[in-house]
Amino acid sequence: MFGSVRWRLVWIAVLVGICGFALVPETIVDEVTGESERVWPLKLGLDLQGGMHLAVEIYDPENTLSGQDLDDAVERTLTTIRNRIDEFGVREPTIQRSGDRIVIELAGVDDPEQAKRIATETAFMEFKIVTDGQEFMDALERIDRAIVNEVGIENLQVTTLETEPEVDLSDILGGADSAAAEDPADEAETEDPAADSLATEEGDAETVDAAEAVDEVTARPLSALLGQGRILGEYLVPQEDQPTAAAWLELEGVRDALPRGVTLHWGVEQVGAGAGSYVPLYVLEAEPLITGDMLQDAGPANRDPTFNQPIVPFETTRRGSRVFERATARNIGENMAIVLDDRVQSYAVIRSVLSRRAQIELTPGASFQEAQELALVLRAGALPMPIEVVEERNVSASLGEDSIRQGRTAFIIGIVGVIIVMMIYYRAAGILAVGALLTYVVFMLGGLAGLEATLSLPGIAGLILSIGMAVDANVLIFERVREELAAGKTPRTAVDAGFGNALSAIVDANLTTLITGIILFQFGTGAVQGFAVTLCIGILASFFSAIYVTRTLFIMYLNRRGSRESVSI
Amino acid sequence: MRVFQNANYKFLSMRRPAYFASAAIITIGLLSIVFRGGLRTGVEFTGGVLLEVQFSETTDVGQIRDALTAGGTTGVQIQQLRTVGAETFDFLLRVPVGEEEDQNAIRDQIRASLETQYSAASFEIARGDTLSAKVGDEFQRTAVIAVLLSFLLTLIYLAFRFEWRFGVAAVIATVHDMFITFGFISLFDIEINLATVAAILTIIGYSLNDTIVVFDRVRENLRKKRKEAYDVTLNRSLNETLPRTVLTSGTTLIALLSLVVIGGAVIRPFAGVLIIGVLVGTYSSIFVASPVLVEIHERARKRAALAARA
Repeated sequence: MFGSVRWRLVWIAVLVGICGFALVPETIVDEVTGESERVWPLKLGLDLQGGMHLAVEIYDPENTLSGQDLDDAVERTLTTIRNRIDEFGVREPTIQRSGDRIVIELAGVDDPEQAKRIATETAFMEFKIVTDGQEFMDALERIDRAIVNEVGIENLQVTTLETEPEVDLSDILGGADSAAAEDPADEAETEDPAADSLATEEGDAETVDAAEAVDEVTARPLSALLGQGRILGEYLVPQEDQPTAAAWLELEGVRDALPRGVTLHWGVEQVGAGAGSYVPLYVLEAEPLITGDMLQDAGPANRDPTFNQPIVPFETTRRGSRVFERATARNIGENMAIVLDDRVQSYAVIRSVLSRRAQIELTPGASFQEAQELALVLRAGALPMPIEVVEERNVSASLGEDSIRQGRTAFIIGIVGVIIVMMIYYRAAGILAVGALLTYVVFMLGGLAGLEATLSLPGIAGLILSIGMAVDANVLIFERVREELAAGKTPRTAVDAGFGNALSAIVDANLTTLITGIILFQFGTGAVQGFAVTLCIGILASFFSAIYVTRTLFIMYLNRRGSRESVSI
Repeated sequence: MRVFQNANYKFLSMRRPAYFASAAIITIGLLSIVFRGGLRTGVEFTGGVLLEVQFSETTDVGQIRDALTAGGTTGVQIQQLRTVGAETFDFLLRVPVGEEEDQNAIRDQIRASLETQYSAASFEIARGDTLSAKVGDEFQRTAVIAVLLSFLLTLIYLAFRFEWRFGVAAVIATVHDMFITFGFISLFDIEINLATVAAILTIIGYSLNDTIVVFDRVRENLRKKRKEAYDVTLNRSLNETLPRTVLTSGTTLIALLSLVVIGGAVIRPFAGVLIIGVLVGTYSSIFVASPVLVEIHERARKRAALAARA
C-alpha cells in the first residue's frame, strides 16, 4: 500500500515539476537597447499585451478575381506584407493566410495608423544598378562624423563597447585586416581598393575602441559595423547591430552626408547563420532602371534546359521594354538589384541587352524554392494589388495591463473564495481538495505555457470559471464518500466506493464540456479560441487532479489515521 | 458542514408550477426580444466600429454625442463604463455599418470629431474594433453553426451513453436554458458578440453537465431495480445529488461573481451571461430535465397500457 502511494506521489511530483519548469520566467535581451527583461513564459494575446490585429483582403469590388487568379493575388500580397514585417519593429509578428484573407498580428505597436499604412500600402518595385561602392566609401568618414554629431559621442559608447569581444578575437587572429578575417561569406577575395580602404578604416576604428580612447574625431561608428560583402557595393552588417545601423542611416544629418546619386538599401536575406549572421546593405544607383509598373508578368520559375539551374522568366510592358533595352545596354556586366518596397530581394548580373522577355538565372546551387520565391516577389511588384482592411482591432498596452491586473485580482478572489467554501464544507477532506486544486492551477498554467497557447482576456475568464468547476469532480466524489459512510461502510471502503461510483458521472460531465470546448476552438477566432484552449486544458487538468491527486492525498490521509477512525469529511 | 443532507423534497410534484414558472419567464424574455426588435448584436456580427475611449477629464454621454453630431456622425450608441478604481472616464462608442458603408471612414470621422471637441491629449482610444459588414456576417454564421454543432455532438454523445429518452430530456432542458438566457440577455440589454456566444456555448456545456450528473444517478438507481415507482426513483435521485448540485453551482458562482465585480468592459457582460446560465442550468436540471423524463415515461406507459387493452 505504502509503495503504491509513493509511486503516485512520484508521478504527481514529476508532472508538477514539468509544469513548474514550463513556467520558469525566461530572460529576454532586447537586441537594440541591450536591456534584459524577465518574462513570464505565458504567451499573452493582443488584448492583454496591447497590439493590433488586422485582416486584409484583396480590394476587388467587381469580383473580377476568382479561383487561381485570386489565389495568386493573395499569395503575392502575402509576400509583399511579409517583406515589410521588419519595419514594424515588433517582437513576434504573425502574418498568416486564412482563406482569401491575410491576418496580421502585431504586438505592442506604438503607432497603429502607421503600422496599418505600411502593411496595406501597394507594393512598389524597382530594378536598380548596384554601384561599386566607391563613392560611398569616400563619404564614409563624413557619414561617421555625422552619426557622432547626431547621436552624440556619449551615446555611442555602448556600441563601441559591444564590439570589444570581436576586437579581441581579431587581435588574436592577428592583423588589422579584421574585416576580411571575420567575413563569413568570404568567397572570392578581390584586392579592390574599396575593400582595402574599408578594412583599414575598420581596423583603425577598432584599435581605437580597444584602447577606449574614443573621441569625436576618431570614432567610426558605422565603418566599425561594415564587413565586406560578396559583390562590390554590398556590405555585411552583423544582425544584432542592424537595427542600430538602420536607425543611424535614417538620421537627417546622415542622409545629407550620403553621396548624391546613390541610395542605401537593406537586403531581405540573411547571410551566415546563428551568432555569425549578417544583414547585407547595398549601395545602389538612386535612379531605377525600370519600375514595377513597366513589368507585365513574371514566372513561373523553371529550370534552364542545358545547365539545369533555376531560372525565373519575366516580361516587360511595351513601353517598359524600350526603357529596359536602353538601360541594360549601358550596364552590361553590372549587378542589377531587385528592390521591392525599398528592400533588396535579390540581384543578378546583366549579361546582355534585355528587352521584352528576359530571365533571371539564379546562382548555381540555388534551390528551386528560391526561384519560386523570387518569381512571387517579381509578380508582387509587377501586379500590385490594392488591399482592403476588413477587420481591425486595436488594444492599447495600458488597457491590456488593466485587464491583466483585473484578471489577476479576480483569479485570486475566486480561488480564495472556493478554497474557503471547500474547507468549511468538507473540513479535512476539503484541505485535500484544496491541495488538488492548487496542483490543478499548476497543471493548467504549465499546460498553457508548454503548449504555447495564447492567453487572452476571455481565456483568463475561462481560467477563473474553471476553478469553480474544477472542484466539481471533488464535490461529486466527496458527496459519494459521505453517502457510503452514511450507509455504514468503513472509511477505506467508503472512499474506494466513493471514487469508483462517482467516476462515470465525472467522465460524462467532463466529456460533454470538452466537446463544447473543441467546437469553440474550431469555430472561434482569436480571443474565443483562447477561451476554448483554457477550457479544454482546464478540463483535462481538473480531471487528473480530482481523480488522481485527491485520491492519493486521501490514501495518505487514511494511512495516517488508521482504518478504524472516522474520516473528517 | 452539510447542506440538504438526506433531503426529501417533492421536486417532481412541483413540476406543474415549475412548468408554469418556466413558461412565464420564457414568455417575458421573448416579449422583451420582440419589444426591443430582436437581440442587440454587436459590431462583431453586424460589422461596424466599436471604440473604447478613455477621457482624462470629466465628460458625459450628451457632450460626446454633441461632438460626434457636430462632426457629422450620427447613429452612435454611447455607453459609459464604470470600472472599479478607474482614473479615467471610459465610454464605449458603437456604430453598426451597412453593406455599402466604409467602416474605416466612419472610424476616422469619429476620431476627427473627438479631436475637434476635446484636446488630443485628453482622450485615448484604448480599444478599437473595426469590422466590415461582410466579416460580421461570417462571424454570425460561424457562431450559429458552432452552437448547432455543439448541440448535435453532445446529443450524439448522450445517445451513446444513455437511453434516447435521457438525451431528449437533456436537450429539452438545455434548449429551455437557452431561451431563458436569451430572454435575460435581452432584458439586461447585453449585446451579442463572440464573447457572448462563447458564454452561451459554455452554458450549454454546464447545463448538460448538471443534467448528466443527475441522470447518472437516476440510471444507477434504476439499475438497482427496487420496487419503486419511476417518479419516486427520479425524485430520490434528485435529492441525493442535491448537495452536489448546490455546492458546485455555489463555487462556480463565487468564481463568476469575482469576474463581474472586478472585470472590465469585455468581461462583465460575458460573466453576467454565465451567471444567468449557471443559475438557470441548475434550476433546469432539477425542474425541467427530470420532469420531462417522467413525462416521456408516463406517455410510454399509457401507450403500452392502451396497446395491452386492445
